[in-house]
Amino acid sequence: MNFEWLGRQSDRIMDLVGWHVLLSLIPLVIGLVVALPIGWVAYRSRRLHPYVVGTAGLLYTIPSLALFVLLPPILGTKILDPMNIIVALTVYTVALLVRVVADALDSVPPETVLAATAMGYRPYQTLLKVQLPVGVPVICAGLRVAVVSNVSLVSLGALLGIPQIGSLFTQGFQLRFYTPIIAGIALCLVLALILDLLIMLANRLLTPWTPKVTTS
Amino acid sequence: MINYLLDGSHWTGPDGIPTLLVQHLMYTFAALAVAAVIAIPLGLYIGHTGRGSVVVAGLANSLRALPTIGLLILLVLIIAPSFPNKLAYLIPSLIVLVLLAIPPILTNTYAGVRAVDQAAVDAARGMGFRSMRILTEVEIPCALPLMLSGIRSAVLQIVSTATVAAYISLGGLGRLLIDGKAQSDYGQMAAGAVLVSLIALVFDLGIGALTARVVSPGITRRDRKKKSEKPAATEQRTAVPEPAPI
Repeated sequence: MNFEWLGRQSDRIMDLVGWHVLLSLIPLVIGLVVALPIGWVAYRSRRLHPYVVGTAGLLYTIPSLALFVLLPPILGTKILDPMNIIVALTVYTVALLVRVVADALDSVPPETVLAATAMGYRPYQTLLKVQLPVGVPVICAGLRVAVVSNVSLVSLGALLGIPQIGSLFTQGFQLRFYTPIIAGIALCLVLALILDLLIMLANRLLTPWTPKVTTS
Repeated sequence: MINYLLDGSHWTGPDGIPTLLVQHLMYTFAALAVAAVIAIPLGLYIGHTGRGSVVVAGLANSLRALPTIGLLILLVLIIAPSFPNKLAYLIPSLIVLVLLAIPPILTNTYAGVRAVDQAAVDAARGMGFRSMRILTEVEIPCALPLMLSGIRSAVLQIVSTATVAAYISLGGLGRLLIDGKAQSDYGQMAAGAVLVSLIALVFDLGIGALTARVVSPGITRRDRKKKSEKPAATEQRTAVPEPAPI
């Protein structure tokens, strides 16, 4: 490890980390917003459920590098545009979360829903105030998988020349220089860990009624 | 892209599409075989005995966060000098492919065995089955759907990671993507992307068909009944969510 090099490059590395965070988190947020209504449809409609889950599974089979390359003509972007990565990862996040949201709503005990109805909650109130909050742990478990895989997928953008932590890998390869590669791997792991912990924390804050031991 | 695929010269020779396709499939099968030999017995052992599941779940999760491309490059730089030219890129790539294929197979195998109805295991024991026979005749058949879904995730992961490994000079269809990028030939890149996606799709459908064939009808029928009662069957909730293939 050449720490002197790291010190000299620290400004650029912080820049790359910033891009990496943006490219991993924006798809997570958009993906969740898109997946909530679709997951709800899958949960409500027994007939549509297999189609929605099936389509999600199909999107999942597309290798990410292939998706990064196939998106530009569809979106009208350049191959170097970070937008390709954002859209590709949003697709994966939606594909993963649709099923998670449907399962989350399904995990709410029927007695709880009946109790809400008996207390005079309208269906939309039951959904927003009872079913979604009770389903938060399941959704958060899905978000954790999504964010960790996003962090790792973003680094592939380096093969197309899109700057983020992965750029350190390609740079290290071209220079036959270990320092940026090891630093990049460490940064990716730390970033994934931090984002994972943040989601666990959000889960804890959003579900104050769950006993602390049961969080897995 | 269509033009690239229709050009006859791209279908022959050592850089032709058929050669790259065969290479890609060979990497996939080789890595899958090694990963299965390691992960299936280990998963069965953990599922059967219940030992070490916490360690495995933790390890599988942290492997997921490792950036594939960083790992590939690091291994190449470390290993390459001690091997002759061709192997220098092949060995690290195969190591990474195996490493990434193990977690889905392992976690799904042990989750599958753990999820087997305890009453079925007890019934088998009551009928005088020994531990080994319970494993081979009760637990494995019941765990088969989840095990195959783990193998499916592993194959998709291998197919896409093998594409990425073209960056460190591995053969296979990833060559079209990486060389196309180097030559600013978008048609070539798109052709590679489509072919790789097609392979992934064929494997996905193939394993789906295999699952329908080999899984005992007793298990699938029970599953179907549950599905008609409730949209999300229990099998879905116990399935380990897998991240997108790299």
